[in-house]
Amino acid sequence: MDLGFTTAAYVVAAILFILSLGGLSGQESAKRAVWYGIVGMALAVFATLIGPGSGLWFFSIVLIAGGGVIGYMLASRVEMTQMPELVAGMHALVGLAAVFVGFIADFEMGNVALAKEAGTAKELTGFAALIAKKSAIELSILRVELFLGVFIGAITFTGSVIAYGKLSGKVTSAATKLPGGHALNAGAAIISFLCLIWYLQSGSLFPVILMTLMAFFIGFHLIMGIGGADMPVVVSMLNSYSGWAAAAIGFSLGNDLLIVVGALVGSSGAILSYIMCKAMNRSFISVILGGFGGTTGPAMEVEGEQIAIDADGVAAALNDADSVIIIPGYGMAVAQAQQAVSELTKRLRAQGKEVRFAIHPVAGRLPGHMNVLLAEAKVPYDIVLEMDEINEDFPSTDVAIVIGSNDIVNPAAQDDPNSPIAGMPVLECWKSKQVFVSKRGQGTGYSGIENPLFFKENTRMFYGDAKESLNKLLTLIN
Amino acid sequence: MKIGTPKEIFEGEARVAMTPESALQLQKLGYDCAIETGAGMLAGFSDKAYAEAGVEIKKTAAALWKDADIIAKVREPDENELKRLKSDHTLISFFNPAGNEKGMQAAAKKGTSVIAMEMVPRISRAQKMDALSSMANIAGYRAVIEAGNNFGRFFTGQVTAAGKVPPAKVLIVGAGVAGLAAIGTSTSLGAITYAFDVRPEVAEQVESMGAEFVYLDFKEEQKDGAETGGYAAVSSPEFREAQLSKFRELAPEMDIVITTALIPNREAPKLWLDDMVKAMKPGSVIVDLAAPAGGNVEGTVRDEKIITENGVTIVGYTDFASRMAAQASSLYATNIRHMMTDLTPEKDGKVVHNMEDDVIRGATVTFNKEITFPPPPPKVQAIAAKSQEKPKELSPEEVRVQEAEAFKAQTKQQVTLLATGAVITLGLGLIAPASFMQHFIVFVLSVFVGFQVIWNVSHSLHTPLMAVTNAISSIIILGALMQIGSGSFLVIILAALSVFMAGINIFGGFLVTRRMLAMFQKS
Repeated sequence: MDLGFTTAAYVVAAILFILSLGGLSGQESAKRAVWYGIVGMALAVFATLIGPGSGLWFFSIVLIAGGGVIGYMLASRVEMTQMPELVAGMHALVGLAAVFVGFIADFEMGNVALAKEAGTAKELTGFAALIAKKSAIELSILRVELFLGVFIGAITFTGSVIAYGKLSGKVTSAATKLPGGHALNAGAAIISFLCLIWYLQSGSLFPVILMTLMAFFIGFHLIMGIGGADMPVVVSMLNSYSGWAAAAIGFSLGNDLLIVVGALVGSSGAILSYIMCKAMNRSFISVILGGFGGTTGPAMEVEGEQIAIDADGVAAALNDADSVIIIPGYGMAVAQAQQAVSELTKRLRAQGKEVRFAIHPVAGRLPGHMNVLLAEAKVPYDIVLEMDEINEDFPSTDVAIVIGSNDIVNPAAQDDPNSPIAGMPVLECWKSKQVFVSKRGQGTGYSGIENPLFFKENTRMFYGDAKESLNKLLTLIN
Repeated sequence: MKIGTPKEIFEGEARVAMTPESALQLQKLGYDCAIETGAGMLAGFSDKAYAEAGVEIKKTAAALWKDADIIAKVREPDENELKRLKSDHTLISFFNPAGNEKGMQAAAKKGTSVIAMEMVPRISRAQKMDALSSMANIAGYRAVIEAGNNFGRFFTGQVTAAGKVPPAKVLIVGAGVAGLAAIGTSTSLGAITYAFDVRPEVAEQVESMGAEFVYLDFKEEQKDGAETGGYAAVSSPEFREAQLSKFRELAPEMDIVITTALIPNREAPKLWLDDMVKAMKPGSVIVDLAAPAGGNVEGTVRDEKIITENGVTIVGYTDFASRMAAQASSLYATNIRHMMTDLTPEKDGKVVHNMEDDVIRGATVTFNKEITFPPPPPKVQAIAAKSQEKPKELSPEEVRVQEAEAFKAQTKQQVTLLATGAVITLGLGLIAPASFMQHFIVFVLSVFVGFQVIWNVSHSLHTPLMAVTNAISSIIILGALMQIGSGSFLVIILAALSVFMAGINIFGGFLVTRRMLAMFQKS
């Protein structure tokens, strides 16, 4: 097949990919949109296999099929609570693949140069032939692109591995840094830049390898320094990087489909990161550099006491209530309490009560994490609402139940200008008539600040493991 | 240290400052408890019950005063009791400091520390020891019961075989603690309840209790009640006129009127004038809870129930709380217990009189032989003081100006962005070869499309979005496929690995997305 057909297939695939992302604007259209993506991908792979420059296509199909089996097993076994890990792990694969492809391109360039010297350049095919036609300036641009692709891919790889470790609990989720902190990252970045110049001058392989090691280090150290609750930003940032890496590789291979898809994925991740940062009222830089911004003064003193309540009390209040809003957080995922929550919702709704869910954009460890968990537990999506949709309804709500969330319901964000989270949009659950907080103990949240909500007069603390507490509650509600 | 509670001397006072239950709690703080024999009798607590709770029973008041270090009582001490004060005594009681100069001087001279329960500041932290509120709550409840006792009809409307009974109409003036308690009691008995308060911000509370708030047709900057420590402030003459004319209009309709309007340290305002009393139907009842401060109603006689010429009953009792002595005692004793908890930070039975503490400082009227009344304003403002400033209503022109400015700023931002972008692109075009620029166009347009498309993605589908972008970012497989056939062994290995990994990603990503999306179900 000639290049024309391949390009045509790429155009169709690109349109299908755009449609597949666009379809995610609604739950129902999304179900159709995934198929667009699948068909697009199949078409692209097929066109490349039969297109110019490819070889060993049987071997390739076997490899794809082998990977496919593993992918299938992963996808069908993964628990919904483990989605963040899975997504992070998959980013790592894309990142590493980008690094490899970048290296291959470099080897090819070396081969082409040798062939040129030997006078056999005309016999080259495929990608090598493409390179052979390039002028000197095009070659150095190619080198920059390739270098960038490898650099971003390498950061994505180690970053995602660490993110995976943190999310699955294999690496401590606390923010840890080597002595030297961000100076080390900056140093590594500078060395990488010097490597680029060196590489452009010499064209040898060594600077690329050195740079790759540096990028590995940056990815590792950068993500180590970011705490668990900032993971939504980190994962979407890595998502974005994996896209940019693909785009950069696309430039160096002169493949437009890679560029289109890379750009789509890159911008998608960037927008997600932006939304997450906005939801925490923090700048992207401050999240990436880790830790919360310094406080400007002493925090407001918290008055009152935390009053505990037992399951009987909560059940009585729920039986009397007409409207209930549930605010789930990462704690619900940790305790695997979503089934119990769903059962509670079902029973309360069967009694004719209005039950809704309020989801803060950064609840959980992945953008939209809570929605997926609740969907898995068969909570209908039309009662699961975003912060902006539901925040005004709290004053007319009888009972708000906070399950495993802390900072996202902290009134200090509004009341206390000195609070580290001042200005962060929060769910105003304290405005409802009564608030129950299901929480393991009297600790502070991720930001480490005291939550005045727990001391409010209309708040009662329902201590204990979320799942056990809710199951106890279920026996009292019929 | 020992906490002692004498029998109340005041005529008709049935309350007691310590109950067997509170004594148990006080002992947990490390105190010994003592009580004068028969002190709890009128409130329904026998000496035996106290003895069972580990309280020492003293035969005489003199013995108790002599032996105890802390005296907890209800009413302000009379002359005899003042004489019994010692320098190491701490007295906790109602004290009426504003009208009891003599008492304060006597106590200061002796060196007794006096904590006046009515001076507990109205801040959230101190609510648990706010005896005025707990007593007012009881008074509000009792006022409705007292009114019902003197009212010849039902509260609730009924349609019976013997004819229709109209519901009673109740007006509550002043929606403080007592007023709200009265509203709650009255609505739960089934009466149609109206409530008035000079602080319009309590309308919401009133309505939440099931009563109708009586609004005045009057525009004036109202002082936020919170600024005055949660109490109403004195109102202007014009406001008062508007208020009275509203009452005049309501008077003939109302069956029961309960007035609770008090202004701190002042005589109660006269709100229900003679002509309103005259306008009411025979058989109507007025309960004047402000009677201790002179009464809101013209014609109230303190401590008595009178019936006017036109058959309206006016109740001017001042001892509503004492009339429910058991309930009042247990609440008051709990207030005292909370005060002791604050006075005993170490729980070791030793009083630490911390004058830096807002609550303790506020309630202390004599300390170290000095009169410490009135207290400085508390550092923490009253309960509702944190109410946020309401955003100013903007006029249409201002809104338009603002919108125009926002539009300008937005335009400026966009233009700058576009200009920088254009300059960078053009600059790139100058040095970069054409082949690069062709790809660059594709890149920029894709980023653009990506931004437009992704903004529309629903928040709840962010996780599937990540999974699907993950799957499609394995498009990197194309790079590997293009090269796998053309090169050395090393190239083949690397390319094969890449294809393999991308394969995992493609299948894993799409399948998991499908799995997730299938879960989203409508109810």
